[in-house]
Amino acid sequence: MTLTQQLVATTALTLGFATAVAAQDVPISAQDDVLKIGLVLTLSGPAAALGEQARNGFMLAAERMGDMGGVPTEITIVDDEQRPDLASDKARELVQRDNVDFVVGTIFSNILTAIYQPVTESGTILISPNAGPSNFAGAGCNPNFFATSYQNDQNHEVMGAYAETQGYKNVFLLAPNYQAGQDSLAGFKHSYTGAVAGEVFTELGQLDFSSELAQIAAYQPDALFAFMPGGMGVNLVKQFDQAGLGALPFLSAFTVDETTLPATQDAAVGLMGGANWAPDLDNAANADFVAAYIEKYNAVPGSYAMHGYDAAQLIDSAVRKVGGNLTDRDALHAALKAADFTSPRGDFSFGVNNFPVQDFYLVEAVKREDGLYGTSIKEKIFDDYVDTYAASCTMK
Amino acid sequence: MMNLFVLQLLNGLQLGVLLFLIAAGLTLVFGIMDVVNLAHGVLYMVGAYFIATFAALTGSFWLGLLLTLPAAVAVGLILEIVVIRRLYNRSHLDQVLATFGLVMIANETVKIVWGTSPLSVPLPELLSGAVPLMGPLQYPVYRLAIIATGLAVAGGLYVLINHTRIGMLLRAGATNRAMVSALGIDIGKLFAVVFTLGAVLACGAGAIVAPILSVDSGMGESVLILTFVVVVIGGIGSIRGAFLGAILVAVVDTMGGVFGPILLRSVLEPAAAGQIGRMLAPMLIYILMAALLCVKPQGLFGGRG
Repeated sequence: MTLTQQLVATTALTLGFATAVAAQDVPISAQDDVLKIGLVLTLSGPAAALGEQARNGFMLAAERMGDMGGVPTEITIVDDEQRPDLASDKARELVQRDNVDFVVGTIFSNILTAIYQPVTESGTILISPNAGPSNFAGAGCNPNFFATSYQNDQNHEVMGAYAETQGYKNVFLLAPNYQAGQDSLAGFKHSYTGAVAGEVFTELGQLDFSSELAQIAAYQPDALFAFMPGGMGVNLVKQFDQAGLGALPFLSAFTVDETTLPATQDAAVGLMGGANWAPDLDNAANADFVAAYIEKYNAVPGSYAMHGYDAAQLIDSAVRKVGGNLTDRDALHAALKAADFTSPRGDFSFGVNNFPVQDFYLVEAVKREDGLYGTSIKEKIFDDYVDTYAASCTMK
Repeated sequence: MMNLFVLQLLNGLQLGVLLFLIAAGLTLVFGIMDVVNLAHGVLYMVGAYFIATFAALTGSFWLGLLLTLPAAVAVGLILEIVVIRRLYNRSHLDQVLATFGLVMIANETVKIVWGTSPLSVPLPELLSGAVPLMGPLQYPVYRLAIIATGLAVAGGLYVLINHTRIGMLLRAGATNRAMVSALGIDIGKLFAVVFTLGAVLACGAGAIVAPILSVDSGMGESVLILTFVVVVIGGIGSIRGAFLGAILVAVVDTMGGVFGPILLRSVLEPAAAGQIGRMLAPMLIYILMAALLCVKPQGLFGGRG
């Protein structure tokens, strides 16, 4: 091989490599003049209510905005059926076939794990309206991933801190036996230093809690902390009430909220939860959002709806900021990171790991003046709270 | 620990009478008609959906329950005439295949008609709340009502089986089917009655448990296996065996589920103890069944030779 040949070969290789890199940096989706968004949410099965809230919140914002960021907008909604394999396939379809610019999803952390790599590696922006697993907040953080929700542990840490301030010395812990369940009890214990009366992990999807309630009654703890999302929470709350344990403080996260309250109603009134927002949080943007949501869907929005609403606001603000030009990825990342919109939750900014830095509250289930059931702010527990994993995120 | 023991005994009793209501029908159908009916759990599920619908329509749990019973009779009769009747002279394998098909059809139909989200049934006002037990302990009135209902039904079945003409035929049918029909009894009619009785009991069990559980399309399968264990332990075709078997299985299951992890927790991590305890509790039932079958291969009160 002569020197010239070698030079030509090297140049060709370098050029080829450069185009490949460029192609990866600027996804094909960015090169058309339509803003395409794919929603990947759980819309069937026992947890369908959570996905429906996130979808409704997003669509409410989208309808009010019209063309998001001033660019003609197309929205595709996909049901992941709470199945990681299916979600991964659907996410690939959205990214590779439909060329979406943004994927908004998911509700469940195990589903997010399934679509995380296919979406972020293609250069597409992924925005989570709920799931916030610890690995993506820490070492696995990615410039293409943003969460408008929270890091999973945070709501449990709120309840741990609350138990601490209440002087509870002996708390009974209850969670389903899977990753998020174990994380939740770990989160609670992160800010709670008292003794543990009992720590019970139930089968995921268990609906009869008579044995667990018998143990709680027998141990006579100061309080109960439970993480039982969806239908499990409905049953636990109903059976807790029936078992005559009403006098025992019931602390929880993702168990008593606007998705389960329509089913539990009075049985849940007075129960305490940890949250980053509640429908009655006092600010103008929130009053506007909650009123519009109730008018359109005749139901009280939960945090899932609020996060969906903010995901739409985030996309709108960023696309507007870059003038609809999505080819400059650095500018787009910076525009997203600026989070230049007014969230119904008040203070909102992104930390180093693209997870929100926000306030956390103790909330209580109440029957509202309009006759509907919802949560209500009791007191602020954490101010501008940064999750514990942010420190190990080194964004490339 | 004593408190926990008492509460779990009551919980075991409550699960026991529930299992009995389902197992009674299954053991009769299995024992007298010699049909392996995997779709028996479906009837339990359908009963729960019926009461959810009727209670919502009428606004009252009691009216809902009243409407569920004739609906259960109708479902039992239709199922017997359309499907089960054609299976009497087929092999067990054919019966398993056909009734398993029924399970899948029923589960999908339920999803199409009532949707995929679980339904809930409000507790009747009269039976809500809890009664004080010993010391600070309380127990839900509704669960006590389930126990009372189950015991009353068991008593009623005892009288029916041992002191009436139809009961005599049922007992005779369970022991020797060929002889009963040789004596000029319309075996077809007897079978229809047996199957419908079983269907009503299973639907009733689903209906009374609906207010404490949520009603969803998979609920039938979760009890079916336990019910089969009850039938095998009690002896195929024996109502008395079904009753004792159900109480035995339920008490072993609830006690094992709680005291297993407690014992394990002294040597293992809570998460691991919970996991192993949960695996151990259902295993206890099968160990019990295996041990019993070693000593009494026909179950506690197995009648057939």
